[in-house]
Amino acid sequence: MPYFGSEETVKELKRALSNPNVQADRLRYRDYISKVIRYMTQGLDVSALFMEMVKASATVDIVQKKLVYLYMCTYASVKPELALLAINTLRKDCADPNPMVRGLALRNMCNLRMPGLTEYLEQPLVAGLRDKASYVRRVAVLGCAKMHSLQPSTEIDSSIVNELYALLRDPDPVVVVNCLRALEEILKDEGGVVINKPIAHHLLNRMKDLDSWSQSEVLTFLLRYIPRSDEELFDVLSLLDAFLQSPHAHVAMATLCLFLHYASSHTAVQNDALQRSTAPLLASCGTTSRELRFAGLCHIRQVMRSQPSLFASHYKRFFCSYSEPGYIKLHKMEILVELVNDENVALVLEELRSYCTDVSPELAQAAITAIGRIARTYTEKCLEILTGLLSLKQDHITSAVIQAFKDLVWFCPQSTASVCNAIESCTDRPQDSEGKRALLWLLGEHSEGISSAPYVLEELCADELKTEWSPGVKLELLTAAVKMFLSRPAETQDTLGRLLHHCIEEESDMCVRDRALFYYRLLQRGIQETKRVLSGPKSDPSLSMLTGRQEEPVIRWVSDFNTLAPLMNKHDSMLKESERLLATQPMGVFSALAPLMDNGTSSPLQTERQRRASEPVVTTTENEPPPGDTDTTLSSHGKEDEEEAFCLSASPPLSHEEFEKLWVELQTLHTQNLLAPCAQTAPETLQAILQMVHIQTLAFTPAHTLPWRAFLYTRSAATIILTEILQEEDTVQVSVKQYPENKLALRGFLSTLQSAFQTLNAENTCENVALSF
Amino acid sequence: MVTALSGDQPPVVMTHKDLHFIHVKQGGLYWVASTKTNPSPFTLIEFLNRFAGLTKDYCGSLSEKSVRMNFALIYELLDEMVDYGYIQTASTDILKNFIQTEAVSSKPFSLFDLSNVGLFGAETQQSKVAPSVAASRPIMSNRGEQGGKNEIFVDVIERLSVVIGSNGVIMKSDIQGEIRIKCFLPTCSEMRIGLNEELSIGKSQLKGYSSAVRIDECRFHQAVKLDEFDNFRILKVCPSQGEQTVMQYQLCDELPCALPFQLFPSVEKDYVNRVLIFLKLRCDLPPKSTALNVSITVPVPKGSVSMSQELSSPDQTAELQTKNKALLWEIPRFPGGAQLSALFKVDVPGLSSASLLEVGPVSMSFELPKQTCTGLQIRFLRLSPTQTGLSHRWVRYVSHSDSYTIRI
Repeated sequence: MPYFGSEETVKELKRALSNPNVQADRLRYRDYISKVIRYMTQGLDVSALFMEMVKASATVDIVQKKLVYLYMCTYASVKPELALLAINTLRKDCADPNPMVRGLALRNMCNLRMPGLTEYLEQPLVAGLRDKASYVRRVAVLGCAKMHSLQPSTEIDSSIVNELYALLRDPDPVVVVNCLRALEEILKDEGGVVINKPIAHHLLNRMKDLDSWSQSEVLTFLLRYIPRSDEELFDVLSLLDAFLQSPHAHVAMATLCLFLHYASSHTAVQNDALQRSTAPLLASCGTTSRELRFAGLCHIRQVMRSQPSLFASHYKRFFCSYSEPGYIKLHKMEILVELVNDENVALVLEELRSYCTDVSPELAQAAITAIGRIARTYTEKCLEILTGLLSLKQDHITSAVIQAFKDLVWFCPQSTASVCNAIESCTDRPQDSEGKRALLWLLGEHSEGISSAPYVLEELCADELKTEWSPGVKLELLTAAVKMFLSRPAETQDTLGRLLHHCIEEESDMCVRDRALFYYRLLQRGIQETKRVLSGPKSDPSLSMLTGRQEEPVIRWVSDFNTLAPLMNKHDSMLKESERLLATQPMGVFSALAPLMDNGTSSPLQTERQRRASEPVVTTTENEPPPGDTDTTLSSHGKEDEEEAFCLSASPPLSHEEFEKLWVELQTLHTQNLLAPCAQTAPETLQAILQMVHIQTLAFTPAHTLPWRAFLYTRSAATIILTEILQEEDTVQVSVKQYPENKLALRGFLSTLQSAFQTLNAENTCENVALSF
Repeated sequence: MVTALSGDQPPVVMTHKDLHFIHVKQGGLYWVASTKTNPSPFTLIEFLNRFAGLTKDYCGSLSEKSVRMNFALIYELLDEMVDYGYIQTASTDILKNFIQTEAVSSKPFSLFDLSNVGLFGAETQQSKVAPSVAASRPIMSNRGEQGGKNEIFVDVIERLSVVIGSNGVIMKSDIQGEIRIKCFLPTCSEMRIGLNEELSIGKSQLKGYSSAVRIDECRFHQAVKLDEFDNFRILKVCPSQGEQTVMQYQLCDELPCALPFQLFPSVEKDYVNRVLIFLKLRCDLPPKSTALNVSITVPVPKGSVSMSQELSSPDQTAELQTKNKALLWEIPRFPGGAQLSALFKVDVPGLSSASLLEVGPVSMSFELPKQTCTGLQIRFLRLSPTQTGLSHRWVRYVSHSDSYTIRI
């Protein structure tokens, strides 16, 4: 910060502080010292005054002492040799008869961050731990942790650790909690403080004496204790029962978290705890502090992952109030969508509709998307609202409505006719690329339903040639034009020709150019061939099963509960997740199965963590929205439709442990060689394709390794089918185990699997062809 | 690095290189905590709120100026509250033994300064009750000074959130209420707060024919003793210095009284490019009561350029805020039983009939001094044993709008 004449100021202060007249006048002296602190706070470097400030520390005035100590702690690391001068005063203060002075001196002595301090620290710290004033003991306990952090490499002093463990029995509650905190820091490398049965029970008995801050912290420490028996477990829980309803949100949440962890094998207890926590959760959503509201809402969303209907009767609590900031409104809308049922749908829709014209485009679009999602269940009412919104002719609203239409048509084919009518009568064009892509997709996919489609496309195409659009829009435009050409050739031929010419001759983006070339060559092979490649089903109602709400087990989210994770925006937490995934995955062959292997050695909590970390491999594909890139997935679906006779399903999910147990128990029922040599080149694609036909990939070895292996499972009616795929050189061997046996299901499964592999191969060759252009 | 925050709505948690920043906004100031671990957000946010509250208690008011003037005091507070990043205490009773610095009040305290009268919790303009300035002074600044009065303030504050459908049907009505104490007594023995005797709690209890005061659920501060609550509705508490909430309660859906305001809107398209908005607003409070600072916000179609208005009295104001595409109608005082009307003519170039859909919903904000919508009252306030020296006890009521929305 540029301070003009800052040197002058420092000199002036120096003169004043060393002036004996000033020093004699207590108030004037203190005034100058607080001036120094003020400049320090504002960012001016006043470290040159260190000598004078050290002198000022020898005083009986406590306010002055505090100010000087504050100064010292800030600048000690800059002037270590001068700070040593202050040590003497500090040590003398550590023996002061006034406990407040003792505590103050000890705390600040530990706060000086400079090398070589430890030798002076040790003696006052040990004395402080045995001080008769609790205030000094509190400071001394944390001082031990500070001292350890000053020289982390040195060995842990076991006598101090023992003393701290003994101080857990201290009568002062803050000393007890500080001991836990200090031990946690000192023993970090050994896994933190050990909570054994006597300590846990001691802490539980002290809970009532603690203040709310300590309570929530102790509850967090107790998470690492595991009750030995059910009897003990229920004793502990009934002891903590009252805290579930604590007026302090942080205590109530920490208690809930503990209940969920402890009762992980007693679902009824978990449900009961969740039920009883609705009141504090809802209360936190109604407080005046909007940040607390936000935290409450984020945690309600977590709870709803397991119990979607828990808050259904309280849906009105999630209506937005107009003065709330956007980040709260967005969460409330998300919750409202989940809570919709037959009784409240009319009110919720009316509420959401009033948000659609919000001043903030972001909120308006979110409200429209929310209505679009409700439309998957309550199609008619929502379509009416969405169509009505189109007449407002506002860019951001039109764009959001068209995007909602796109998703809706994909999930609910019965809405196609109304959507086509709405698009037909809509004269407004979205201006952002997401909206443009959605419109183009609708035009291409449903050109028969929209009579004006070719003319709209022509208009959009003319726009495209004039102004530069994003490559994504251009790709969608190409696809739409070719699809439309297949269904309405006469009206589209001209447009398509011009578009292809433009994209091949003048386009600078290679992706767009290659795609145009690809379509060009494809068309050269004839209409039939093009149709075979491009057309697929226009919607997939079965997908709504996949993306629809499933009741997740509590264990999926409980480790994130009452942490910052639910509050972070999605993007951040997903990044974190993938980083963690990379970090935890060993390089071995069975990467995702690794947690299974060391099951015996690690504690259940840790395995759970690891399992969670490895889960995204499975879950991310599960939630992938399909309409974006449909070319691969569609063709596989055509095949699946032939297998209507039996039905596969991947839910309820099978855990790695369960899979392993079954696999070991069962005999191989069927072995077969498949003619699909390139399964191992794109395991992710394979996984996605299998997902589409409801076969869950549990684990696979990384691509391009030989032998390549994958483990799959699926369920059909009452049987469960486990499969291992093993590829060596040119052969792909499939071994199937089934329980209980069911020949029909097995045959159906094998043909589904085979067609999935064929799709994969077709896809790969397609890509090769495209690349060779 | 964070260089600019988007509007007034930055995310509560921000992350930069493994360092999490959590903030709350109070008194126009950002209170930020940073951490490398992954702690409970509830603890952090409540602590920051508590810290802001304590700062307010100790400095008198919360503003950039008072923080700047009292930096030494705030350093001292923080030093005692947090050690090495761990919360040590946040209770006024413990802290007051350690805090030595005296607060510097940002403005000289004067009982006669009634121009800005309000509660410490909510800005209001009520008169004849305790001057708000009396409550917005530092709790510790009065050592041996003449201004050191033994005062205690008990406030009942209710926040209304209401949604009224276009057909006049109440779609949602919620009241969040709390009883707050601000205590300036250096030491205080037990205080007994008597609530309405006929107060019933919970939905299950039978309602008698009398005008029973009902609330759905309530929660108390942990220091409140409730042994006489079930029978006599008496709260016993030993208030510590400073501000604290002793009871929080809420009532959903069934309001005991009529809503304070009824709006009769009509929206028409006048000429080619003009919208006529006619609003008739009735205040259904009892005739003796008055609503203050009533402001009505009506969203108008996008592209509105100008507006002319006809208001019924000169103290009202109205303006068109093109940035928020809304018109704002303000009424400083609105007596109970009165009815006001206003006509707005908004010019919107390129108006279509669909644009009328953009008008509404209307949102209102207001204060109702000396009113509680639930009817909760404080029967008596007793300090036992009677304090030596004069002590002033103030009971104040206020209801204000959290969100009052009327669909058109």
